[in-house]
Amino acid sequence: MFQSIKLRTLIALVITLAAVYCFLPTLYPSLPASVKSYFPKNRIHLGLDLQGGMHLVLEVDTEKALEGTVERLANALREGLMEKRVRFRSVERKADNSISIELPSRESRSDLEKILADQFPDLEIKSTEAVEGREKVTLKFREKRLADIRKTTLDQSLETIRNRVDQFGVTEPEIIPQGDDRILIQLPGIKDPKRAVDLIGRTALLEFKLVDEEHSLEDALRGNVPAGSILMKGSREKGEGTGNRREPMYLLKERTLLTGQSLENAQVKISDRFGEPYVGIKFNTQGAKDFDRITGENVNKRLAIILDGVVYSAPVIKERISGGDAQITGAFSMEEARDLAIVLRAGSLPAPVKILEQRSVGPSLGQDSIDKGVLSTIIGFLLVFVFIVIYYRWSGVVACIALMLNLVLLLGAMAIFDATLTLPGIAGIVLTVGMAVDANVLIFERTREELRTGKTPRAAVDAGYTKAFLTIFDSNLTTLIAAVFLFQFGSGPVKGFAVTLTIGIIASMFTAIFVTRIIFDYFTSTRKIEKLSI
Amino acid sequence: MFELIRPDTQFDFVGKMKPAVIASVAFILIGIASVVFHGGLNLGVDFAGGAVVQVKFQKEASTDALRSALDGIQLENSTIQEFGAAENREFLIRTPETAADLKLLTDRIDSALAKAFGQQAYEIRRVEAVGPKVGKDLSQKAILALALAWAAMLIYIGFRFEFRYAVGGILALIHDVLVTVGVLSLLNMEFTLNTVAALLTIIGFSINDTIVIYDRIRENVRKKIRADLRQIVNVSVNETLSRTILTSLTVFLVLVALLLLGGPVIFDFAFALFVGVIAGSYSTVFIASPFVLFMERFMPSKRKRK
Repeated sequence: MFQSIKLRTLIALVITLAAVYCFLPTLYPSLPASVKSYFPKNRIHLGLDLQGGMHLVLEVDTEKALEGTVERLANALREGLMEKRVRFRSVERKADNSISIELPSRESRSDLEKILADQFPDLEIKSTEAVEGREKVTLKFREKRLADIRKTTLDQSLETIRNRVDQFGVTEPEIIPQGDDRILIQLPGIKDPKRAVDLIGRTALLEFKLVDEEHSLEDALRGNVPAGSILMKGSREKGEGTGNRREPMYLLKERTLLTGQSLENAQVKISDRFGEPYVGIKFNTQGAKDFDRITGENVNKRLAIILDGVVYSAPVIKERISGGDAQITGAFSMEEARDLAIVLRAGSLPAPVKILEQRSVGPSLGQDSIDKGVLSTIIGFLLVFVFIVIYYRWSGVVACIALMLNLVLLLGAMAIFDATLTLPGIAGIVLTVGMAVDANVLIFERTREELRTGKTPRAAVDAGYTKAFLTIFDSNLTTLIAAVFLFQFGSGPVKGFAVTLTIGIIASMFTAIFVTRIIFDYFTSTRKIEKLSI
Repeated sequence: MFELIRPDTQFDFVGKMKPAVIASVAFILIGIASVVFHGGLNLGVDFAGGAVVQVKFQKEASTDALRSALDGIQLENSTIQEFGAAENREFLIRTPETAADLKLLTDRIDSALAKAFGQQAYEIRRVEAVGPKVGKDLSQKAILALALAWAAMLIYIGFRFEFRYAVGGILALIHDVLVTVGVLSLLNMEFTLNTVAALLTIIGFSINDTIVIYDRIRENVRKKIRADLRQIVNVSVNETLSRTILTSLTVFLVLVALLLLGGPVIFDFAFALFVGVIAGSYSTVFIASPFVLFMERFMPSKRKRK
């Protein structure tokens, strides 16, 4: 294709140098910034299995979020009906997320429809039935709105988790949505996976409710929970006597007065008296106003501070609290307090999450894998080199040069594509070496055949390359097809393998055909050697 | 010149087709029997769900000590085995339990170990926990990936060569996958995500091998219009034989390096490849090539030959 050997050498050199240039930032990550600015920012990343870290797949319980929304709407609808003086017997949320309303007569129906049209455009009437003169109307969310709510829930969860991870301090985290209700999280270099899981997976719903002091707790514990009140667990507090390890129970008013959404900030503080850490929270403007009003209205009552359904404390309101500062105390360790402050600042998840998949690799295991991977790559290379040189003599040396070059190109290309190197990825490199030799074997075997027919070295090399080319092309392309599907299918490590295999195959086509040809042409045409060492 | 195969080698590969096919079918049947006998494939947590925890101890520890540590937390179904060389003091705890929330599962194992041995005595080096939902997704994806890869290759070979070649090539691939899976089952090795990656690589490698020979058959068919197809196939396989062996050998060398030095994490992956490469080279020569002849009976080529 290019007749001039000089031109071809130049092309090969430029490509090789470009690969080295791309790979340098990976090789020396700690170059001074002034030098670094001359090099591309892209580099090869280490996969979680080599670097250590955690891979999580979470499922967001969007149904839970939906239930909450329907519940809120049902309440709003009840109030709307009362405000407009529409008579109704009941408004209820059903398990299938529909709202069932019982009207005393047909006449109220048009009023209901009017309210729906004016204030609740998201609801539509699904069915109506007349039962003993009463009207039973079932309302449902419009389909489109349902999808919206699910999507918003996922988006909000993503946002919150991103916030938390950012504040936790992880370099290069990857947080991406998967499907309708899943989130994939990759946290490289995490040393304490358990703590990270606690931090990410926690709903962190902060609520303030009043303690129900009008009814007896003992009575409620026996099963007679008064209407409008609920029982809730308390966190185990220090100093409550070690003998009694039972978690305290609280009887609370069901209504939530304030939630974590009204927070502006949360910080770890140390108490003056005992040196214990606690979390100081600051409400935003609206929250501070509400808090001021609530505390003002309920002096001498107990206000429970609840996190994810557990009462952390229930102090007595001594006086109206203005200014919007409050504190959450509990038997926290410093680390727990810090994590709690993080989740409160980052906001609560709109719905609970479940862990579907968790993989974590400790940093020491990662280093082990790197060492073993590098060692086996070097040994693999050497074995192939020795074998090829013994078999093909000087031509074998040429093939080995191509192999080395192949490795350089592979690493350069991986760097420029910001690819991730995983343990199977290293295996992919080693395997590419084995397969890259194949192209040269095909060419050399062909050339040998041609030499046997009595051709001159130059003609034999020429025929060998021409005839072998199509074979190499076809066979490599089919392998590429397999690699593409590997990439599509694979997650994490397997993907890394597909990447190295793909780049390796393409690089090997270049080195095994283009580069070796230059060397052979130089010897057969320019130096005009009479016998080929093959 | 150093030659593995003398250029004038005339081994009758086509004539060995019948015994080869019988051997292959027998082997595959043994593999299938093994899968049935073991009650299905030995699926790893990737597909079956559950958790694997790799623990490294500072001091000597035994599987018995580990087992009694885990006894208290209702994970009797877990298996505990040493991982890698004994002096590493590493163990794998596998539990088939598929809790809906995996956080609890791994926490339970961690706290049971902490209670029995103390926080400092061990290090959890690796956790892989997969819930039932993801396991099911992954299985479907794996099967889909294999099937699509096959279909894509069928189309490509059919397009570049002829349909009857493609059928032979794909048949060889199915053969390789079945043999590899059979061997893994016989040795009761785990079937994981990495195994699927290995299978996909095997079919990539095997088809590569097959294409090289098909390419030679195609070339010889054009060159020797008058010759018997049976003879052409034989000649073609013989002509490319040294290449087949050489390439397999280099890949072999590399895989041996991976098997011996790559460490326990990569061992299963390298082993599956190792089996697959042997099966692939064998099937290329003994299955895929003679199959072209077999197809000739049902789908004669348009070009008339005697």
